[in-house]
Amino acid sequence: MKRVYPREEVCIGCHLCEIACIVEHSASKDIIKAFKAETPRPTARNLVEEEGAISFSVSCRHCNEPPCVQACISGAMVKDYQSGVVRHLEEKCMGCWSCIMACPYGVIRKNPVRKTVIKCDLCPERPIPACVEACPNRALIFEER
Amino acid sequence: MEYVIIGNGVAAIGAVEGIRQWDAASPITIVSAEPYKVYGRPLISHLLAGKIHESDIFYRSDDYYDLRGVKLLLGMRAVQILPDKRKVASSDGRMLPFDRLLIATGGIPFMPPLPGRDGPDVYTFTTLDDVRKIEVLIGKAKKIVVIGGGLIGLKVSESLHDRGIRVTVVELADRILSTAFDPIAGEIIRKHLTEMGMEIILQNSATEIVRENGHIRAVIMSDGTRRDCEAVVIAIGVVPNISLVEGTGIKTNRGILTDDFMETSVSGIYAAGDVAEAHDLLLGQRRVTPIWPVAYLQGQYAGFNMAGAKIAYRGSIPMNSIEFYGIPTVSIGLSNPVGENYEVRHMYLPERNLYRKIVLKDHLLAGAVLVGRIQRAGILTGLILNRIDCESFKEELLKDDFGLINLPVEVRKKMLAVNP
Ligand SMILES: Cc1cc2nc3c(=O)[nH]c(=O)nc-3n(C[C@H](O)[C@H](O)[C@H](O)COP(=O)(O)OP(=O)(O)OC[C@H]3O[C@@H](n4cnc5c(N)ncnc54)[C@H](O)[C@@H]3O)c2cc1C
Ligand code: SF4
Ligand code: SF4
Repeated sequence: MKRVYPREEVCIGCHLCEIACIVEHSASKDIIKAFKAETPRPTARNLVEEEGAISFSVSCRHCNEPPCVQACISGAMVKDYQSGVVRHLEEKCMGCWSCIMACPYGVIRKNPVRKTVIKCDLCPERPIPACVEACPNRALIFEER
Repeated sequence: MEYVIIGNGVAAIGAVEGIRQWDAASPITIVSAEPYKVYGRPLISHLLAGKIHESDIFYRSDDYYDLRGVKLLLGMRAVQILPDKRKVASSDGRMLPFDRLLIATGGIPFMPPLPGRDGPDVYTFTTLDDVRKIEVLIGKAKKIVVIGGGLIGLKVSESLHDRGIRVTVVELADRILSTAFDPIAGEIIRKHLTEMGMEIILQNSATEIVRENGHIRAVIMSDGTRRDCEAVVIAIGVVPNISLVEGTGIKTNRGILTDDFMETSVSGIYAAGDVAEAHDLLLGQRRVTPIWPVAYLQGQYAGFNMAGAKIAYRGSIPMNSIEFYGIPTVSIGLSNPVGENYEVRHMYLPERNLYRKIVLKDHLLAGAVLVGRIQRAGILTGLILNRIDCESFKEELLKDDFGLINLPVEVRKKMLAVNP
């Protein structure tokens, strides 16, 4: 399957990927409305880590053997073996944080509004994830490896 | 190939998913003593607390079994395993033939001998039916004593407290959660639960349940004190449910002994989950690790190998994520190591209920405890499981915003290049 791979050599820490993710997962899909009118503001599903000149964006790797799915006590985290995507079914989530304890990439966040978690869904409505498309430096690559 | 699985918990589901990755078609039969499709056992406390509906508890979709060609025998018990005949006898008199068998019978609550124990209103808390029984007390009972201050005891206490019942927890050890957590974490949680209105009694044990005309009136403690109550929940531990293998030649210790492929001492018969004693990654010996993620994983690996894949199970580490009234806690690996050769560091801010502890051994991370802030905890789990040398960045591990950026660049790049 195609996955998002970061290239830290060319990431400048501009956070445009996070902004694109927020807009993509907003109700309006409009950047101004998403940031100014939607309360609470949607949460980015990727995360830019930075320290000094080093930065990179991480998001769910849609693992082949996903530790988050193994750990989930409610069945809210599921691996679709056809597409390879690891999906989070929010309505089943209990907010027990077992998946946060298990994910080796640290890419599952607490949902700031509900007692559930939030993670990358690989933008099911798009051919290329919004973060990848938004990056001005090709610091995020979407490809089969 | 015919597969039979005894038990219908998460280990059984892991096995179905493991088998189906290698064998799309051969028939699988699951014998399930509980009359329900698989449910999230840890969710029974959410159900008792009234936070979810009974329909929310199911772990997989309603058509899950049908879609995978699994025959599910609900409300049926395996009563005997005949290893030589390759058959399992079930409670309705059927003989189920198998080529590969998985024993995934889980654990059963340990019941100490206690005067007054036998009779109405003494409960355990491990099944959906237990919730249905205890539910009857809601609105009627005012006071309940819970024996045992481990994970299950505290979970049932919190749920009962949420439903307006006054709860007293009695714990023999000098702290609660002594298996999964260390003294500081235990104390933070004890204080917090006490502030929320629960009574927690340490270093004491129940010696008698006092009844009058059959009805529970009180519990007497070893120090002579007494707590009036109308019901008792016993939650002092769960033991592997191994009675089915007695006399079969399948070797047991505390649990059913398994090898690196989750196979028991009898070829073609496997065990997984709370009933199994399997390789522990950190201790290098076999051990029962009765937690959900391990049960799934052991089941999956048993499934792989039942289907002939020959993939070794890497070994378990214990891990727990529990939230108590808004304080999240995570413990991973050796949270409270005994013996020397361990390097232990911690950060503790009592006034903010923040605590972070890191346990290192031979430059490798061996355990961690996080209280209050648990974000990205899984990075630590990954460092333990992948045996990453932490010496060069061990100072950073105590930061509560520890991230991939704190790893040496070659470690990080390798991690981000693979798809585990
Ligand atoms: C209240 C509670 C809260 C918990 N919270 C957590 C948590 O937060 N995190 C965590 O990691 N773990 C938690 N656990 C532990 C976790 O639920 C177990 O580790 C897990 O359920 C083990 O799965 P299993 O498939 O091995 O066994 P089980 O889930 O016990 O399933 C075994 C099944 O086999 C059936 N069975 C037994 N004998 C037979 C027979 N002869 N024939 C047919 N069927 C049989 C049993 O009836 C049972 O349904 C909790 C447990 C409890 C009780
Ligand atoms: S959330 Fe983490 S563990 Fe789960 S699939 Fe994504 S990267 Fe893997
Ligand atoms: S927080 Fe939600 S998705 Fe994560 S393990 Fe718990 S129930 Fe599953």
